[in-house]
Amino acid sequence: MSETSLKGRLGALALVAPLVLFLAIFFAWPLASMLKESVSDPVGSHAFPLTAAVAGDWDRQSEPPEALKQAFVDDLRAIDDQQLLGDAVRRLNSAQNGFRTLMSRTIRAVEEQPEGPLDLVAVDKRWADVRFWRAVADSTNPYTDRYLLAALDYERDASGRIAALPAEASANTAILLRTLGIGAVVTLACALIGLPYAMLVASVDGWKRQALLGAVLLPLWTSLLVRTAAWFILLQEQGLINDTLMSLGLIGSPLPLIFNRLGVVIAMTHVLLPFMVLPIYSVLLSIPRNLMPAAASLGAPPWRAFLRVLLPLSLRGVVSGSLLVFMTAIGYYITPALIGGAQDQMISSVIAFYAIGSANWGMAGALGAILLVATLALYTVYGRLSADRAGGR
Amino acid sequence: MRAATFFRLLFGVLAVVFLIAPLVAILPLAFTSSVFLTYPIPGYSMRWFNELANANVWRMSIINSLIIGTGTTLLAGTLGTLAALGLRNAGLVLPGLFRTVFLLPMVVPAVVLGVGMQVFFVHLGLANSYAGVIAAHSVVAVPFVVVSVTASLAGIDRRVERAAASLGASPFTVFRRVTLPLAMPGILSGAVFAFATSLDEVVLTLFVAGPNQRTLARQMFSSIRENISPAIAAAAFLFIVGTLLIAAIAVLVRRRMEKMKQPAEA
Repeated sequence: MSETSLKGRLGALALVAPLVLFLAIFFAWPLASMLKESVSDPVGSHAFPLTAAVAGDWDRQSEPPEALKQAFVDDLRAIDDQQLLGDAVRRLNSAQNGFRTLMSRTIRAVEEQPEGPLDLVAVDKRWADVRFWRAVADSTNPYTDRYLLAALDYERDASGRIAALPAEASANTAILLRTLGIGAVVTLACALIGLPYAMLVASVDGWKRQALLGAVLLPLWTSLLVRTAAWFILLQEQGLINDTLMSLGLIGSPLPLIFNRLGVVIAMTHVLLPFMVLPIYSVLLSIPRNLMPAAASLGAPPWRAFLRVLLPLSLRGVVSGSLLVFMTAIGYYITPALIGGAQDQMISSVIAFYAIGSANWGMAGALGAILLVATLALYTVYGRLSADRAGGR
Repeated sequence: MRAATFFRLLFGVLAVVFLIAPLVAILPLAFTSSVFLTYPIPGYSMRWFNELANANVWRMSIINSLIIGTGTTLLAGTLGTLAALGLRNAGLVLPGLFRTVFLLPMVVPAVVLGVGMQVFFVHLGLANSYAGVIAAHSVVAVPFVVVSVTASLAGIDRRVERAAASLGASPFTVFRRVTLPLAMPGILSGAVFAFATSLDEVVLTLFVAGPNQRTLARQMFSSIRENISPAIAAAAFLFIVGTLLIAAIAVLVRRRMEKMKQPAEA
């Protein structure tokens, strides 16, 4: 008996193993490499390996030791990858202004004297400034919290303390808040339409119920891109909505509906509404049908029975649906990218900009990490709620 | 009470119009003779479908979508079906954990996954390749296969399989002659979902595909962004008709199988 169950156990594992392996390579590993990009800073340690080896011996406050200076000169002599050197100079310049000129002068001096000790302060007196050496030593650390801090509009100041970025350099908090704001508005709009709609579906029977459910499912099955293109057509300046309103004489000139916040909210509400209606509907189906007549028989007027009986019971579905909608909304890319203007771009657009537009993997990874953590946290809460419901039945 | 009924009806109609109208509004524009995506339509023509068939970017993107969609359906369909069979086995350790992990690709935002894949695929040498795009699409398609096959496996009466085994069928024969045919509707709808997911995928494609793997969805995305024309409505028409056709085929196959099943069950 135990032998067959062992065999069954191995058989079951062998069946799930291919998918586990596939997801480990093509799902978990990419996410891990993205998280690694958000904390890795390999340029300095690649360009200056000798400096990296001795940088740990220095306390970063006192006069830098001769060994460190010599190692840095030796590194500059050894480096022959011009691209890597250019990256390293850019990296140093971003940490400490003035490195660009300092490095070009230093590199020239190193080329002129290919051997022996070199007095760097004689080459440029900035090398007497401990801040420049601190930037060199810091750049050799292969890990950094720079991107994660920058994603939340913080930086490390000269003494290594975490400080807020100046207001003109900080854009990410505003985009994070905007993402949460759009997500909240879309969730609210979905709840305001979805709750009464689900109640309507649950209150009718037969073909009416089938038709109302079909109206929710049909958009769900239709390509997201098709739905977004459709909203583009409806919302544009000469679109159906503006044409209709103008021919009815309700407005004199076209309303601005596209490339702004209103258009994004309308299109996202349409796309995400099924995710609100379906959870509420499934909760409503589980509510015994005789509760409302019971409330009425005890003398409750319909509005009171609704407020005290049906609404509290359906609230669980509203919470599940809201979590689902909000979680999906904050990660949205396509709809804001096509329907929104520059002021309506959400965190996903910024991530895509850093990754595709400017090849800044560090910032893309850091913002991605924030979005990933937020989404997984919401999903955990959602999973708890649905598990409670399944257990409670 | 009359007013309440009236408001219920009004709300229902408005909500249904909100849900359905956009899908209906885009379809006639596929046949416009104008170069603008606007109403009223000056005249009807097939010029935008000709554009799809003859313009190189559109034709290539349709072919790419078919190649990548087929690859995704096969890969995600196989992996997902095997995993669903494993999940059904009572001997599996930590079934809840496996189930959660298999659904996670639906939860993670596509852009986040896309950045990771872009970084990682360069290391693997899969960047700008069909294999890379198929693997990426399969990751997001596989949860649908697992859910769909799991649901159809849950509907199988275990006694049927035990009866076959007691009559001397080997485990493989039981699987091939009993379990697989009974699970086929779920496997087919999983495959349809996988194909549809691949067809509609834009974000991962943006990150991992090169210009040679440009899919129809990716092409639609960039033409809405850069030069919007009724070709988009024609492509949308193909999408909607394609979805309906595949769904109809799936329903027909399922009906047929249920008919075949009935004499055995009676």
